Amino acid sequence: MKRLLKGGRVVDPANGIDGAYDVLIEDGKIARVERNLPVPGGDVQVVEVASGLVLCPGLIDMHVHLREPGQEHKETIATGTKSAVAGGFTAVACMPNTSPVNDSAATTELILKKAAEAGLARVYPIGAVSRGSNGEYLADIAELHAAGCAAISDDGRPVATALLMRRALEYASMFDMPVIDHCEDPSLKGDGVAHEGFHASVLGLRGLPGAAETIMVQRDVTLAGFTGGRVHIAHMSARGSLRAVRDGKAQGFNVTCEVAPHHFVLTDEALAAPIQFDTNCKMNPPLREQADVDAMLEGLADGSIDVIATDHAPHSADEKTVEFDRAPFGIVGLETCVPLVFDRLVHPGRITFARAIELLSVNPARILRRPGGSLAAGAVADITVLAPDASVTVVPGKLVSKSKNTPFGGWTLRGAAAATIVGGRTVFTNPDVAGASAFA
Amino acid sequence: MTKSSSSPMGSNAALDTRPEPPATRLKHRHLLGIADLTPEEIVLILDTAEAMQEIAHRPIKKVPTLRGRTVVNLFFEPSTRTRTSFEVAEKRLSADTLNVAIATSSVVKGETLVDTALNLEAMSPDMIVLRHSSSGACHLLSRVCRSKIINAGDGMHEHPTQALLDAFTIRRHKGRLSGIKVAILGDLLHSRVLRSNVLLLTKLGAEVWVCGPPTLVPPGIERLGVKVTHVVEDAVRDADVIMMLRIQLERMQGAFFPSLREYFNVFGMTEDRVSLARPDVIIMHPGPMNRGVEIASEVADGPYSVILEQVANGVAVRMAVLYLLAGGAENETAA
Repeated sequence: MKRLLKGGRVVDPANGIDGAYDVLIEDGKIARVERNLPVPGGDVQVVEVASGLVLCPGLIDMHVHLREPGQEHKETIATGTKSAVAGGFTAVACMPNTSPVNDSAATTELILKKAAEAGLARVYPIGAVSRGSNGEYLADIAELHAAGCAAISDDGRPVATALLMRRALEYASMFDMPVIDHCEDPSLKGDGVAHEGFHASVLGLRGLPGAAETIMVQRDVTLAGFTGGRVHIAHMSARGSLRAVRDGKAQGFNVTCEVAPHHFVLTDEALAAPIQFDTNCKMNPPLREQADVDAMLEGLADGSIDVIATDHAPHSADEKTVEFDRAPFGIVGLETCVPLVFDRLVHPGRITFARAIELLSVNPARILRRPGGSLAAGAVADITVLAPDASVTVVPGKLVSKSKNTPFGGWTLRGAAAATIVGGRTVFTNPDVAGASAFA
Repeated sequence: MTKSSSSPMGSNAALDTRPEPPATRLKHRHLLGIADLTPEEIVLILDTAEAMQEIAHRPIKKVPTLRGRTVVNLFFEPSTRTRTSFEVAEKRLSADTLNVAIATSSVVKGETLVDTALNLEAMSPDMIVLRHSSSGACHLLSRVCRSKIINAGDGMHEHPTQALLDAFTIRRHKGRLSGIKVAILGDLLHSRVLRSNVLLLTKLGAEVWVCGPPTLVPPGIERLGVKVTHVVEDAVRDADVIMMLRIQLERMQGAFFPSLREYFNVFGMTEDRVSLARPDVIIMHPGPMNRGVEIASEVADGPYSVILEQVANGVAVRMAVLYLLAGGAENETAA
């Protein structure tokens, strides 16, 4: 079966392409990307790409929580990957803080089996650094790698000690896997629930200072240099952390980092208005102050930030409808990412369209050593069709994710995913975007 | 009680000179914090409290204003002063009161705050007075409950009726709030009394100094328009009011200062330090006091101490809040 996507704009920064191209898909792979391709013979579906739609290499969210196994009331692999493709993501990397923790081949295999059954987005499991993510003994990393893990992380908490981080970096280097670290110094974090600053002070919320993150980033950058291993900083939020990452990169260390949309869109002022003490503004790392947001925007523009990842963290309404300090950290992010990236970064001219695709596709594929990020002939036919000018209004109740915990409810944004194609097969078309149904 | 006057307890001269037209009612249906009040609303509450104060001096200390209304006192934290003060205020206004104590409630069985409140609401109370250890707990209830919510202290966030009774007490002694120097000393970081007082006093034009060790100063607090110092002498020099905050011993696992002894030596309120203030200074403390930690006994019991008067004024201020939230004079006319 062949599919010819005809007449659209193609943005494929890995191959230096941005313009009117046709894309031919054959057997789940990209066959040709050329101008005015003739319709080939045989069994072929021709999709006339509506004007305003843009074909890109499939978006990859390298930081999500699918909650299965163990917390299926928040999300399952089926609902999470459905949410992913609805947000334009063809692949997601899922963190190991499930119940049980993904520290064994058995759990990795379960995740992959459930993902295959769902048949939507590709799922790249991330294994634990330490057994049970307890920070004591290394997990069976070779086994996790063999079972299909793309990286290791103790996400939800930092890799506990410098020694454990050192060993993890050294050991994982055998498999060319990155160690993804949730950076915070536990003693400085304490029982903090909100960014330590003016708004937390006025609202009487215990502070979680940016320095708690930065200190751990500095440790990890130092260890990346020391071991030569690959460090990836998860959900970076503080301006000091960005300085540490830049410093590491300047020295040639293997350091990469990601930032979540809420950390370049919102500040801690969201705790005070429009809804005071909104638990949908409680995440870890917390919403930081304007200077931090400005730094993240600068890092996204100048290339020192590698990836935009959502830290999609579903929680049920019951869990979030509690006192602020008792609510769990985290918000859903898969379905609001593309609108936020386009509305807040691309349309205002902070970054180019091509740079957005680097952040959302090219770099995550490269860091995870997974296919995708490119529409070169022979690449997997994972394609996200974007409608950068489509206007969307975020309605929490209409999110595909099982959980609705978003601070962006009611926001109207310009930019949407029109269709999502995984391995040549369309797994999502957006009924609200004109021309999307042609991809069905 | 007269039914025609907007000042129902009989007129009582406002001690402030107010450029703004006086407010006659509160805009919000809840009292979640001082942050939501305008200066005019604050003055309205203080003026109404003046009228309420008179009731305490009657032989029969009761008026029928809230007859038939039900007020739930939902206290998730231990409290002597605030709970009894609210209860007395409610009873003097003839409200039916229901005290829900944490030890006998379902919370120990794992019930959430929202479920507890909704279950109480099924009994159709008009108001819920909430004390809770979590900042924002009152805001949460205000979003899910039909009842009017009165914040009786939420975590480290606000304690609006305490700030109102403090302002009431200051105004009685100084005749005004605008232009006076108020020094607030102690554990600023964990104090909801601090936050409510800073908001109120700055709204009404007082010069507010806050003082404590840097480990106990909330970051960015100066953006609220207060002067921050770590030198007690600078804070109290020429002060009209010295307000001591409790060192919250139960929160002190975090090594905020080396020892209680050192704290007292550096920050404790002694007679020598009080002598730097204006001769007519008043000393306030929201209680409960730690004698010999933040305040010397001679100061707590000294002639300038208005600590017990604060407690007495608390009843009048809470009566005013209950009365105004119930609808004030408008509601009475409608009834």
